[in-house]
Amino acid sequence: MKSTNNKIISAKHINFFYKEFHALKDINLEISSQSVTAFIGPSGCGKSTFLRLFNRMNDLIHGTRIEGLCLVEGENIYAKGVDTDRLRKKVGMVFQKPNPFPKTIFENVAYGLRVNGMGDKQFISQRVETSLRSAALWEEVKDKLHKSAYALSGGQQQRLCIARALAVEPSILLMDEPASALDPISTARIEELIVRLKQNYTILIVTHNMQQASRISDQTGFFMMGELVEFGSTKQIFTAPEREQTYNYISGHFG
Amino acid sequence: MNRKSKQTIAFGAFRLLSLAVMGILLWILGFIIYNGAGAMSIEFLTTSPKDNMTEGGIFPAIVGTFYLVVCSMAFAFPLGVMSAIYITEYASNATIVRIIRIMTNNLGGVPSIVFGLFGMSLFVNTFGFGDSILAGSLTLGLLILPLVIRTTEEALKAVPDAYRSGSLALGATKLQTVRRIVMPAAMPNIITGLILSIGRISGETAPILFTAAAYFLPQLPHSIFDQVMALPYHLYVLATSGTDIEASEGAAYGTALVLVGIVLLMNAFAGVIRRYFNNKMKTY
Ligand SMILES: Nc1ncnc2c1ncn2[C@@H]1O[C@H](COP(=O)(O)OP(=O)(O)OP(=O)(O)O)[C@@H](O)[C@H]1O
Ligand SMILES: [Mg+2]
Repeated sequence: MKSTNNKIISAKHINFFYKEFHALKDINLEISSQSVTAFIGPSGCGKSTFLRLFNRMNDLIHGTRIEGLCLVEGENIYAKGVDTDRLRKKVGMVFQKPNPFPKTIFENVAYGLRVNGMGDKQFISQRVETSLRSAALWEEVKDKLHKSAYALSGGQQQRLCIARALAVEPSILLMDEPASALDPISTARIEELIVRLKQNYTILIVTHNMQQASRISDQTGFFMMGELVEFGSTKQIFTAPEREQTYNYISGHFG
Repeated sequence: MNRKSKQTIAFGAFRLLSLAVMGILLWILGFIIYNGAGAMSIEFLTTSPKDNMTEGGIFPAIVGTFYLVVCSMAFAFPLGVMSAIYITEYASNATIVRIIRIMTNNLGGVPSIVFGLFGMSLFVNTFGFGDSILAGSLTLGLLILPLVIRTTEEALKAVPDAYRSGSLALGATKLQTVRRIVMPAAMPNIITGLILSIGRISGETAPILFTAAAYFLPQLPHSIFDQVMALPYHLYVLATSGTDIEASEGAAYGTALVLVGIVLLMNAFAGVIRRYFNNKMKTY
């Protein structure tokens, strides 16, 4: 079933359960390609859970269950027989804490290519370079590609993880608080990067930082207790929220 | 008495006790070296026993122990590591994992002489391997399997989950993740488990008593279906049931020294491998 519009992601009546716990309640939204969508909301409201729907990382958690329709590029990614490995190549992810592999910088970026069956040396090193350039890390690491990834700073490690995700050429990038473990300067660099990556990728980002959401995103979704309370253009959400809960949260009156 | 002096006394006692433990270990080592050094010579290490084992060397026993260790590890190590991988990385059914764990833990508590008896019944008689390296190695392998599984499991659990999710999120399969990320990261600790296992089985006597060990066999084995002499059993024979126990006392201590030496050497060797893996991970 192909979608008829240009929405790269659409969620229809999504309910999600951790065993008995109802973590996402009747979520509906659509996201067009080459945009940045931010998800905000209090801790435990289901932002990460929602993000992990789209690369099926929730599958790894025992006892989870999903209802509803989840389309990526028009394809129902929870249909029987969907190849999750292929899906995850298309939908990349950057985690909250930088998690480079205990390998070299080069091998970290090459890893996704290798596991996807690419063996050509020249192709791999070419792709490693372009990925590192896209992640704005190349200049800093080009002389130490064969040093351990753990010799990098936290901010560099996170950009390495972004480069690693870009290397397999996903069309969608899921970022779960990618800058929350970083200092302000590294954070600013990641933000710049996200805005630039928007030209080629569709980005879904979870953040606790309101300013960050308003700076870098086109749409914003506000979650609360498993519900998508409000979803709309970032400008509208931050200047004229329709729901009182949204207003309270973004203006800091929450709780 | 104030808290500070209480603390001083407590730590003083701990220090004294740990020194005592160290002292005992050194004493044992010194005792073996002192008594065994006299027997040590090139000839002792490279020739067969002579004159009712009061003269000559222990070469066949060294070789026999070597074969037993290598063959039993060749059996137990892959099997144990694969089981541990299955338990920690694949098995999603908690009940099955718990049952496997209870079984291996209990297996680890079974006295080694029972393994010897079992090995004799199954490998020597039922399978018809006879008293042989094969039967002895399989028995030793079974004995050591729980330790290999347990140490490998611990090693795998020590690998951060963030590596796994990082790998899976890039479209790697579970098998690729285990092979390329988890295993290399766990390798130093797995090797440590291997060391412990080798140290343990090279000194075991009971499991090979009825399955592999020869009282006296002045030639080297030709295949895994041959019987062998082995250091711990040879030591036992020299110390308790030789024809002239007093005359073979020197050889007995010499054997003990070689046995201890081999274990220490293997530990050192495995330590080098472990450090190599560690460095490889850190610096490349
Ligand atoms: N593995 C799990 N098992 C059971 N419940 C879970 C699990 N992960 C999350 N939850 C529950 O689901 C709800 C949503 O969690 P989630 O991690 O998606 O929240 P979040 O919005 O990302 O929070 P934070 O801002 O703190 O990261 C929480 O109530 C949490 O307790
Ligand atoms: Mg979260």
